[in-house]
Formats: sequence, C-alpha cells, structure tokens
Amino acid sequence: MEHSPFRWLLPLAVLALALLGWDLIVTLNKLPPYILPSPALVLETLVKDHVVLLNSMLVTLRTTGIALLLAMLGGVALALVFATSRIIEFSLFPIAVILQVTPIIAIAPLMLIYLDTDTAVLFCAWIVAFFPVLANTALGLKSVDPNLRDLFRLSGASAWQTLVQLKLPTALPYFLGGLRIAGGLALIGAVVGEMAAGSAGQGSGLAFRIVESAYRLNIPRLFAALLLISFSGIVIYAALSLLSWLVLRRWHESELGGS
Amino acid sequence: MTLSFTEPAPAPLLALEGVGKRFANTVTALDGLDMVVRQGEFLSLLGPSGCGKSTALRLIAGLADPTAGRIAWNAAEADRRSIGFVFQEPTLMPWASVFSNVFLPLRLAGTSRKAATPAIEEALEMVGLTAFRDAYPRELSGGMKMRVSIARALVTRPRLLLMDEPFAALDEITRFKLNNDLLEVWRRLGCTIVFVTHSVFESVFLSSRILVFRARPGRIAAELEIDPNQPRDEVFRTSPEYVGLCREASKALAHAMEAG
Ligand SMILES: Nc1ncnc2c1ncn2[C@@H]1O[C@H](COP(=O)(O)OP(=O)(O)O)[C@@H](O)[C@H]1O
Ligand SMILES: [Mg+2]
Repeated sequence: MEHSPFRWLLPLAVLALALLGWDLIVTLNKLPPYILPSPALVLETLVKDHVVLLNSMLVTLRTTGIALLLAMLGGVALALVFATSRIIEFSLFPIAVILQVTPIIAIAPLMLIYLDTDTAVLFCAWIVAFFPVLANTALGLKSVDPNLRDLFRLSGASAWQTLVQLKLPTALPYFLGGLRIAGGLALIGAVVGEMAAGSAGQGSGLAFRIVESAYRLNIPRLFAALLLISFSGIVIYAALSLLSWLVLRRWHESELGGS
Repeated sequence: MTLSFTEPAPAPLLALEGVGKRFANTVTALDGLDMVVRQGEFLSLLGPSGCGKSTALRLIAGLADPTAGRIAWNAAEADRRSIGFVFQEPTLMPWASVFSNVFLPLRLAGTSRKAATPAIEEALEMVGLTAFRDAYPRELSGGMKMRVSIARALVTRPRLLLMDEPFAALDEITRFKLNNDLLEVWRRLGCTIVFVTHSVFESVFLSSRILVFRARPGRIAAELEIDPNQPRDEVFRTSPEYVGLCREASKALAHAMEAG
C-alpha cells in the first residue's frame, strides 16, 4: 500500500468525484453563479482575474512570510532566554499563553486602532505563529539527553559549546515541527487580520478580495480567492516540510520514512 | 578457588574512603563505601540493580559529589581528568556521523578536526568500525553503536575507563564479541577499567578483581581476585576454573542480596 500508485491515485479520484458532484449539483438545480458557481466558472474567473488575484496572493504570502520569519527569530530567542533562566520562564510564560489562547479575531480590531493597517495585519499573523515556535523550541532545549549532558561536562565543555553542539541540535527537530504548525497559523493570522482590516476598506490581500467579492456578490471570484488561500497554505506547508526533510533526513526518525 | 597473587598488588590509582551519597529525596544510595581502584586493573562492580553501582561510578567520574567521606586520588590533577565514560545506552549524538561522535571529546577540548583525525581513526580501528566512519547512528546496530561509544571514550587515551553496564542491552553473541574486544583494548592501552555489571558471568570473564555490592545502603559485601595472567578466551569461558569462579561470585552475590 505504502508504495502502490493507489497512494496518490485514490485521493485524486476522490477529489475528482467531489468536483463532479459539485458541478452536478449546480447544473441539475440550475443554481445561479451568485449562489454557487460551477467549478469551471471558478477556474475561468481565476484565469480572467489572475492579475489582481495573484497580486493579492503575493501580498498575503509576503505578510505570512515576514510574520513567520519574525516569529521564528522571536520564538527561538525567547526560548533561549527561557532555557537560561527559570525565573524569566515562570514570569513570562503566562503572558505567552494568554496571547495564545485569546482568539486572534478578537484582538485584531484593537490592533487596527493602535497600529497602521499593514503593521496590524502583520502583528496578527506574527502573534499566532510565535507561540508554537516558542513552545516547541523551549521543549526541545529541555529535551537534552542527560547522559550526553554528563559527557559534555566530563569533557569540560563550556556553556557556549554545550549550547551550540548539544542543546541547539537537540532542539532542531522540535523547532522545525513548531515552524510547520506556525506556517499554517501565520496564514490564518494574516487572513484574519486582512478580514478585520478589509471591512474597514483597507488592504489588498486575498482575504480582502473575499470580503470585497462578498459585498459585490461576485461569488465566482470569492471562490477563486478562496482557492488561492488554500493553495498558499499548501505551498507553505510543503515548503516547510521540505525544509524539515532536508535538514533532518540523515538522522531523525520523523524524516526517515520506512527506508 | 580464589587464585592468590604472587607478585605484590599494584599501586592504587584512587581510593573511596567512607564514601556516602544521600539524594535530596532522602534516598541513601551509598553509605560507608571503602574501595580502592588499582593502577591498570580491570575491576568489576557486581551487584543487584539499585545498590548504588552507578552512583559510585558517577562519584569517581566527578559527575556528582559524595555527601560523606572522600575520594583520594593517587595521581596528578591532569590524570584525574583523564577519564572515559561509557553509559548503558550508547548515548550518541544522532545528528552527527560516527566520526564526529568519536571526535566530540577532542573537539570540546579544542583540538582541530585535522589534528584529531589520527586519534579518531585509531580509536575506530580499535573497535573495528573503520569502514563506518561516515555512517550515522541510526544506520548502526545496537552493538555497533556501543562500539562507537567505546571509541569515543578511548579517543582521549584516558588513564581510567568507567563503564556502566555497557553491554546489558545487547544480545549474548554480540556481548561475547564485545567482551573479547574490550579485553584486547585493555591490554593494548594498559588503562584502568572500572566496569559495572549485574552479570556474574561477564564479571568473572573480564575482571582481574570483582567487588560485590549489597543494597540499602550500598556498600561492598565481598571481594574476589582472579589471576590477571589467566588468558581470557573461549577455552577459559568453558573451563572448570571459570565455572568455579562463577559459582563463588554467584554465592557472594546471593549472600549480599540476602543481607540487603
Ligand atoms: N539522581 C538521583 N536522585 C535520587 N535518587 C537516586 C538518584 N540516582 C540514584 N538514586 C537512587 O539511588 C539508589 C542507587 O541507584 P544506582 O546507583 O543507580 O544503582 P545501580 O546502578 O546499582 O542500579 C537507587 O535506590 C536509586 O533510586
Ligand atoms: Mg545503574
């Protein structure tokens, strides 16, 4: 099963059937496009409006990318601070958790009041991506094999050597796992931020296109924008999975597959 | 059955004098432990699990401090730090190749990769892993991983090699093979080995001296000397002497466990 063509043929067939079902529902019920456009019409709209839609996608992807980068730097930096000081960890962790558990959609309007639109959207994407990187990296830094730590001590390793040669490599798979989660969340954060900003008449990301299309009852374009958001999510996930595989393939269980 | 020495016992390398170790949770792992490690000997610490063998080894390594008594070294400061440690698990860095794993102690001591290469290659040769220098730990069997771990401990040419049940997790065939190879290394390097085990047969086969531990609190219950000049080979493994020594060690161990 693992290596048979069914592995990718079956999901493709299911996807094709779903599209066919969608198309049948539209044609049999004679649904107008402003209620449910057919898959063909969505594709047609995607091609027709590709300039404006692809530009919007680039805006959303750039926001997501920058947010992810900042979350990565900030999350790793704070995890390192946590690893060196239990007191700081105790003191700051609750704040990180509060930021994490408060739905971003509830914070977004506030951010739009205090920050300019672009920064507010970026902030929304950053804040949701930050936590998984922080939590996973902090966990990884704590997961050092105690025997290896003893061995480093026995060899007279400095704190810097222990960090670079033991703690960071140990934390790497955890960090990459966190990054993969953060990638999806950053996109969600960016979309949420754009939605909140979009209803205020600003921005030009994909989520803004969705809000705009809904107002104008341009449902085919709404679907096309939605399609591109899903596609963006898949691309981000695939890119981060590829990164993880490239870094870990020689040594980590998670990337060894069955081979 | 104990074979007596004709030559005088070699000088001590270090001595534990009335050593006790209490942990914060009030577990007394060791109490009043007196033992001597002699220069160049193959000393086994034999005892049931939980009797403080690992604790004793960690105290000798300086990874923990005794809460009572002291450890007296009959060696220069530099030699005290010349210690190789082999854990029960191979404890390799999964992200590093065999070569880099063996390089670790020298790297941490500031030796360049280039300068360390001859020592690394020699250590790998001693454990028979020359062909696997670029492999990653994931790609090795349990026995090979343990060989890497031993090579890493040997790469600094330590005066004292501390081994904590290194072969306990291996199958018997692999263990016999590693026993033989370890004796070969010991003869070749002339280092002192302190070897923790709970296997009577392993301790008798390997050691020139066995200390039997008893538990709660951990201390020494019996001592067995084995002629160091006795060749240790497959003939010895099936000889009546070996069987007799094993019986003696088993009896001492059983006695120690009753007392504990
Ligand atoms: N770090 C520790 N903290 C608390 N108790 C410990 C610790 N290490 C060992 N012990 C206890 O000390 C006793 C001896 O342990 P150990 O030296 O590991 O025995 P052995 O190696 O002979 O099996 C055990 O009862 C164990 O639970
Ligand atoms: Mg032990």
